[in-house]
Amino acid sequence: MRYAFVSREVKAGLKRNLTMTMALIISVAVSLTLFGTALLLRAQVDRMKGYWYDKIEVSIFLCGNSSLAFTCTGTVTEDQRNAINAKLTGLAPTVQEVFYESSADAYERFKEQFEGSSILANVSPDALPESFRVKIDNPENFDQIASAVGTMQGVESVQDQRKLLERFFQILTGLQAFTLAIALAMLFVTVMLVMNTIRVAAFARRRETSIMRLVGANNSTIRLPFILEAVTSALVGATIASLGIIFAKAYLIDQKLAPNLTFIAFVNWTEVLLLLPWLFLAGIAISAGASSLTLRRYLKD
Amino acid sequence: MIRFDQVTKQYPNSAAPALDDVTLEIADGEFVFLVGSSGSGKSSLIRLVLKEDTATSGTVEVDGVNIGELANREVPEFRRGMGVVFQDFRLLPNRTVYENIQFALEVIGAPDDEIEKRIPAVLELVGLDGKEHRFPNELSGGEQQRVALARAVVNRPKLLLCDEPTGNLDPTTSLGIMKLLDRINRTGTTIVMATHDHAMVDEMRKRTVEIANGRIIRDEQSGSYKMGDI
Repeated sequence: MRYAFVSREVKAGLKRNLTMTMALIISVAVSLTLFGTALLLRAQVDRMKGYWYDKIEVSIFLCGNSSLAFTCTGTVTEDQRNAINAKLTGLAPTVQEVFYESSADAYERFKEQFEGSSILANVSPDALPESFRVKIDNPENFDQIASAVGTMQGVESVQDQRKLLERFFQILTGLQAFTLAIALAMLFVTVMLVMNTIRVAAFARRRETSIMRLVGANNSTIRLPFILEAVTSALVGATIASLGIIFAKAYLIDQKLAPNLTFIAFVNWTEVLLLLPWLFLAGIAISAGASSLTLRRYLKD
Repeated sequence: MIRFDQVTKQYPNSAAPALDDVTLEIADGEFVFLVGSSGSGKSSLIRLVLKEDTATSGTVEVDGVNIGELANREVPEFRRGMGVVFQDFRLLPNRTVYENIQFALEVIGAPDDEIEKRIPAVLELVGLDGKEHRFPNELSGGEQQRVALARAVVNRPKLLLCDEPTGNLDPTTSLGIMKLLDRINRTGTTIVMATHDHAMVDEMRKRTVEIANGRIIRDEQSGSYKMGDI
């Protein structure tokens, strides 16, 4: 096998088939960008779950003077509060920590969150219920807490904050599935395009290949230029896709989204950079695979 | 060099076999004409020797190798031991004479210095020295066939197969090619030449094998194109 010969053939082939080469590069770039985006979205969902589930607590709101729940008979009493606290503490190790937040504490927090907003003027400390905030070992064990204290006197409601986020994660997961579906469709298009490009190239060079077979060139010598042609296009496409994803991380996420959405943990550079080799591998595998398959059909042994 | 033992070749979509129970032996260094009308089976025979096709039954041996037992990946190496020329030359129109021959050597992995040595020598042998930078369309038919011949023998094959090499050439040019083939034969290369060229066969007085309907109907030393001629 001669390096100079093969590289010359590849260059000539790419040039001769310029429009096809361009189409192939763009198709690979788009499909790999989408593919990478889908994978990063999944990483994003995983990361947010880890981040939020760590912070999320179960809130047990206690009765206030206007509570209507059937477990409430006016504001929670001292005894009721102690009983609830004892019950929660007794649920260790499921319950890891119990904080008590009085109406006054809740009002302080509320003030912080809505500083400068006119809503503050309409809210008084006793409008905000006192509560227990409970950290649990595993979000899945929420039901255990709800059934233990949910019906106790003095408990107005038990709220799993995780439920609120679940909806948000569903949207992200849906988005990820959608991106993945388009990516797969585009990868399919790419495979078709590789096959067609190689078929056209093999036809354009049928004189050369027939002479090669006649004089006893190895199959690898005959096929390698075609395969490398497809792989070269795929590598250029993968490079464009990688640059696109790096740009999305550096600009869209780091510059635009992250400063405004400080409560969200975004995918980090390690995750992004670890993804890129897989894009290249996918590009190589698809182009080499599809072209070998095509050559097996269009070039006789 | 070539041994056919009860070889039959049946193509899938034809009623009669292209070759029907053919037994033939061609010794090292021989020059053999293969004659017969179009469709008689001459080209099928050549394709079998090249292992472009595989015999339906019987064995084909080339240079001591039963080529029916040759694995696909061994075929390229096997073909390097032979040269082939066709009626239509099969040159690459976008490459010069030199590059056409270079291409054939490059694709089988010949080293550069070998290529640089061999091409001038073979061009001199076929009488094309000085025309190495011409393109095929700048050459006459006879010259193009000489390029094809140069490409076929540059690798010094033991066997040269010619499928109607003079079919597209006028008689004078054909004679030139024929003389060249004769010269190549004298260096020890076995030559099998399928042809329709009466005059050539009659003139050369070489071994002649006639095929009709896939069967060998005549095999004469120093034969003529038609039985009983001369």
